[in-house]
Amino acid sequence: MSTAMNVRYLRRRFWNIFNLGMAVAMTLFGLFWLVWILWTTLSYGATALNLELFTADTPAPGSIGGLRNAFVGSLLMIGVAVLIGTPVGILAGTYLAEFAQGSRLAGVIRFFNDILLSAPSIVIGLFIYAVMVVPMGNFSGLAGALSLAILLLPVVLRTTDEMLGMVPGTLREAALALGAPHWKMIVQVSYRAARSGILTGVLLAVARISGETAPLLFTALNNQFFSMNLDKPIANVPVVIFQFAMSPYPEWQHLAWAGALIAAMAVLVLGLVSRFLIKDRSPR
Amino acid sequence: MSEPQKTKISVRHLDFFYGSNRALTDINLEMPENQVTAYIGPSGCGKSTLLRVFNRMYSLYPGQRATGEVLLDGENTLAPGTDVNMLRAKVGMVFQKPTPFPMSIYDNIAFGIKLYEKLRKVEMDERVEQALRQAALWEEVKDKLKTSGLGLSGGQQQRLCIARAVAVQPEVILLDEPTSALDPIATLKIEELVSELRNQFTILIVTHNMQQAARVSDYTAFMYIGEMVEFGPTNQLFTNPEKKQTEDYITGRYG
Repeated sequence: MSTAMNVRYLRRRFWNIFNLGMAVAMTLFGLFWLVWILWTTLSYGATALNLELFTADTPAPGSIGGLRNAFVGSLLMIGVAVLIGTPVGILAGTYLAEFAQGSRLAGVIRFFNDILLSAPSIVIGLFIYAVMVVPMGNFSGLAGALSLAILLLPVVLRTTDEMLGMVPGTLREAALALGAPHWKMIVQVSYRAARSGILTGVLLAVARISGETAPLLFTALNNQFFSMNLDKPIANVPVVIFQFAMSPYPEWQHLAWAGALIAAMAVLVLGLVSRFLIKDRSPR
Repeated sequence: MSEPQKTKISVRHLDFFYGSNRALTDINLEMPENQVTAYIGPSGCGKSTLLRVFNRMYSLYPGQRATGEVLLDGENTLAPGTDVNMLRAKVGMVFQKPTPFPMSIYDNIAFGIKLYEKLRKVEMDERVEQALRQAALWEEVKDKLKTSGLGLSGGQQQRLCIARAVAVQPEVILLDEPTSALDPIATLKIEELVSELRNQFTILIVTHNMQQAARVSDYTAFMYIGEMVEFGPTNQLFTNPEKKQTEDYITGRYG
């Protein structure tokens, strides 16, 4: 081997080691913050965890209480958001993937959906505030649920579109070759093949909306009492965390950390479940 | 093969276009009932395109169109107003790659049957068994009908697809290079199957493999660049072809 070759080889070796080193360092850098965030939440939140969290409602300043009304309010609004947003998202995604493939309209819809996907959530909250809260004259859980549904919709739409797009065309042809009408092919073959992927999309969308605070400030507001009435302001975890964490009362601050910990854990569990679903799909 | 046979499908002056590209030119052909007709020819000669005309699969795609006539039992299937779903119930198809649906073996078969018939559980069980037996798959899967069709081997999956096609009791079965993704043993099984099924169905098979055409078919059509070069009884076409082009192709001197 000539010296020139050797130099080249060494240079290549150096760059390889350098790039690998940088990649590892950046990964560690990213992980560092994540671990720090989780650790902080855990260390502050864990001491505040107790059963009362789920049995008592948010207390007046200076007294002991829990977050029951906030959990129930959040679950209610997320539930309604899923009920509204999921069917619309799945049907629209189905239209894009199964009926509008390659058309100009599909391109336009995808473009606007991507804008909606990356729109700041505060804009959505402001929109619902203007078109719903103001005309109706009061903040309400329904307005909160609706703003969450608008945030959930583009995520579900996009995953449905993408997951159906991954279903091989030959599978569709095979169903149609048996004489199946188009809708039956979609419902019984395409949906089945893309089922776990679409479900994963819904779970990730739920994870996304479950931490949203900005749109709820304008819409659901908050409620210090237990309420399941979606016509009226309703308590919810993110806004309670926002208010309690910034308050001067130590009891409230503890509750805020506990709420943050439980919200983080819920998202973590959703993430793990969707991971599991994706894994379940891969052997096909 | 000497007695006169009833014509099942006749193709008259068929042209086919992908957009403005002509893929088939003036195809004329008569295919007898309950016989196996093989289509051979180099890649891109239009044999798969022709096959997809028979069940109107092409009409899924805007920009693809066929002109001329394809008569199935005397009725023009290319005529506007033809119910393509009913046509596809009569003309089944098996694809190059096995395409089991993501459901159980049983449901894979039942899917097609349910499209047309409302059967009681017992009758459905019978029909599923019958279809799997016809596709020589019953013995291998009878104990695991409820498991996913995706868990079968490639050859088994392809036989499952054949079972699914015969389950709806079509009159014609189109096989589009059904063994090109399979190993020799699985290929042999499919070929034996084709020979058995010819008693009940009119079978059209596209193949890259000339030996396969010679083994399984009664009639062979040789196509080249979108044209039907020669069509005739298989043993005649392979032993004594009329056209020089056919002879060159089957003797491997194709150029």
